[in-house]
Amino acid sequence: MDTLDLTNDKTTEATKMTGKETLILEARNIYKTFPGTIANADVSLELHRGEVLALLGENGAGKSTLMNVIYGLYTQDSGEIFLNGEPYSINNPHDAIAAGIGMVHQHFMLVPVFTVLENVMLGAETCRGPFLNKKAAEAKLRQLEKSFGLEVDPHAIIEELPVGLQQRVEILKALYRDVEILIMDEPTAVLTPQETEELFKIMRRLTERGVSIVFITHKLKEVLEIADRIIIMRRGHVVGSATPAETDEHGLASMMVGREVILEVDKLPAEPGDTVLEVKQLNVHDANQLHSVKDCSLSVRAGEVLGVAGVQGNGQSELVEAITGLRRYNSGEIWIDGKRMPQEKPRVLVENGMAHIPEDRQKHGLILQYPLTSNFVLCNYYREPYSRHGVLNAEAILKNADALIERFDVRTPSAETSAGDLSGGNQQKVIVGRELSRDVSLVIANQPTRGLDVGSIEYIHQTLIDMRDAGVGVLLVSSELDEIMSVSDRIAVMYRGEIVDVLDARDANREHIGLLMAGHA
Amino acid sequence: MESVTPSQNNWLQKVWFSVRIPFLAIILALIVGAVVLLVSGSNPLEAYAQLFKGAFGSLKNFQRVLEKSTPLIFSGLAVALGFKAGLFNIGAQGQLLLGAIIAGFVGFSIKGLPSYVHIPLALLCGIVAGALYGAIPGLLKAFSGAHEVITTIMLNYIAINLTDYLSDGPWKDMSPGNIVSRLPAIEESAKIGTIGPVPIGFIVAVLIAFLIWFVINRTTFGFEINSVGLNPHASKYAGMRTKVLIIAALIVSGALAGLGGAVETQGVVGRYQPGFNAGIGFDGITVALLARNSPIAVIASSLLLGAMKGGANTMQFYANVPNEIIDIIQGTMLLFVTAEMVVRWVFKMRKRSETEITVTAGWGQR
Repeated sequence: MDTLDLTNDKTTEATKMTGKETLILEARNIYKTFPGTIANADVSLELHRGEVLALLGENGAGKSTLMNVIYGLYTQDSGEIFLNGEPYSINNPHDAIAAGIGMVHQHFMLVPVFTVLENVMLGAETCRGPFLNKKAAEAKLRQLEKSFGLEVDPHAIIEELPVGLQQRVEILKALYRDVEILIMDEPTAVLTPQETEELFKIMRRLTERGVSIVFITHKLKEVLEIADRIIIMRRGHVVGSATPAETDEHGLASMMVGREVILEVDKLPAEPGDTVLEVKQLNVHDANQLHSVKDCSLSVRAGEVLGVAGVQGNGQSELVEAITGLRRYNSGEIWIDGKRMPQEKPRVLVENGMAHIPEDRQKHGLILQYPLTSNFVLCNYYREPYSRHGVLNAEAILKNADALIERFDVRTPSAETSAGDLSGGNQQKVIVGRELSRDVSLVIANQPTRGLDVGSIEYIHQTLIDMRDAGVGVLLVSSELDEIMSVSDRIAVMYRGEIVDVLDARDANREHIGLLMAGHA
Repeated sequence: MESVTPSQNNWLQKVWFSVRIPFLAIILALIVGAVVLLVSGSNPLEAYAQLFKGAFGSLKNFQRVLEKSTPLIFSGLAVALGFKAGLFNIGAQGQLLLGAIIAGFVGFSIKGLPSYVHIPLALLCGIVAGALYGAIPGLLKAFSGAHEVITTIMLNYIAINLTDYLSDGPWKDMSPGNIVSRLPAIEESAKIGTIGPVPIGFIVAVLIAFLIWFVINRTTFGFEINSVGLNPHASKYAGMRTKVLIIAALIVSGALAGLGGAVETQGVVGRYQPGFNAGIGFDGITVALLARNSPIAVIASSLLLGAMKGGANTMQFYANVPNEIIDIIQGTMLLFVTAEMVVRWVFKMRKRSETEITVTAGWGQR
């Protein structure tokens, strides 16, 4: 009940107030350094009541650092934060929540086996003596749901809900704690285009009720659609601000990157040749004997890019792991260049011309403690000239590394630098360089640009297209629909472990693919 | 001259960088030991002086230090190699016991062989015994996922009881007048001698340490072992047979420990007798951690522990300090090396850089 009244008050206040008085949160000259990097340098921002402020920037631009400072996870080195005009110092998220600041993290902080209500209550329990007062909590939750139009069954178990609804629970969790400011960290990363639309509607309803939203993202289209104001960050600095009316995608992208960028991938029509990869009726079960991948069949021909679209967690990872020999499959066949491949034998696959750019570059793609020299020979260290009679040839390994660093433009102090000391983009270049410098006929790229800056994304897209044009078959798996649409020649859509359709990229449109991704075949 | 200096500095800096934590940990442990000595009413300076004298005061004392160090080098290498592969081989003790008793058995039961056949034969049997015993936790880990810490601890108990049984049962020394449980003395032809004051076993240990260094740093097998230890997922991705490597690493580790036991039997004790090898395998953990898993540094840390063990009796006798103080210092050393944070805090050092070696990589990761 209290919440309702409060929010109503806020709305009236918000409409009454104008100009400076609506300022709710202000950060002034924030500095935050980590050993070796300046995450925030002289960053200032203002957040007004009832607006969506988009914080745009590439990975590593300092967006998350700034928000973590405001949310109390980090303490700034210098600079001040004001809340409703009062100086505000926060040491932990608990203080932040008490001050009316909530955060929806990119990776949801929910207990999968608890119900919606239990998750919402967790940490803010209403009690009667030593017992939980679920009834009162439920009443409050239902009221919130009704007033914000955020319907979720309070008794549903979290892990049984689709991702879009789980996110809704995260938002409810914040509202339940009476927040006035909601920080959303890359909230659309896990959503289908339709779910994203739904989220935007919710965000608008929240702002109408006087809630202020900071929306962290690197997706230009979304910023233009939802934001009232946009602040662009680059390398720890605020480099500009704009309103959607004043700017467009190209303007934002060049501010974000600091130079002109090509958003579309330039490519000629594909000239497909023979089939290089054939997957027949593949089934992969998870630990509970449920299908992760169900009766998947697909083929990739030389000189084409087959894109696999789908919302994260619909079996793409399992499919790729099975194809690349990292995971056992329960039934089905995998053929490369007309040869049947054995189960779980990555080396056989590599020796048959497969290159694999793995989804998790730090887990599978690199040994972070190793120098680049070793990482560049990770898959062929045992072959001549890198190894002879079981003894490594340091000279040949170093020569190889120097050549690849040069050819793939890896920015590193030296070939002896540990892979872990490089930025994400350069780590990915090491993997791409290693995999694509071999004599390959098939490239499997899983989320090859995740977390990379625009420059690296451009580079990797171009490299994949170059491989295609050189007659290599490419299987590209990505949850970024834009990436799939701009790079692929054909698009397969995965939903709940099945390939629900394969489309020609020329006549595919976003809305149709979005529906397929959501299971509306 | 000028142009050379920076790179020399760099090299020295690198060496200092990798040895400073163990070095400072030793200093801290000696300080803690001194405090304990003070509290118990002894003069720490005198005690340490006697300890030093006991270790290096005479050629004979020094020979004893080398004798004490020899099995530590082997067990230290065994543990270090396991760590390199991401495995915590607590079973060096058991593997060493089996190596020691099998070498002892081959040493006394086969007669009439020339020593150039008998010595290597007994050593080889010790190696094989340790290797096979090391293979068990390897197989268990690779095929059932059983954690090597658990299995090697349990296998230690089996090894202790098995060797006790053999030395009080079927292989007992039945010579008249013997009442203790032990094996008969090995034949002269199986004994490993000394060159001057230096036991040949020590020379072998040092050579093996360099060999292991070469294998780990210069061979494809070493590359695979390191890879599996640092990142098993990436190793699988790279097409390495991670299960085979885990088994292989524990076999080699067991072989090293087994060789250590055999050298102890043939070079120092002259027979297998329960109790004579107690704790050596566990000291190997201290040695490996102090050496931060570097095979060459294992030689140095074994010598340090060997010197403390060798000098302990003199210290006890002349400074009237109980032997157990050595265990306290050794334990404190281990504590400081593993709790690196404390050392950094005491000496106000900056946080570790990525390039340093992580001793604990792989513990309990799988």
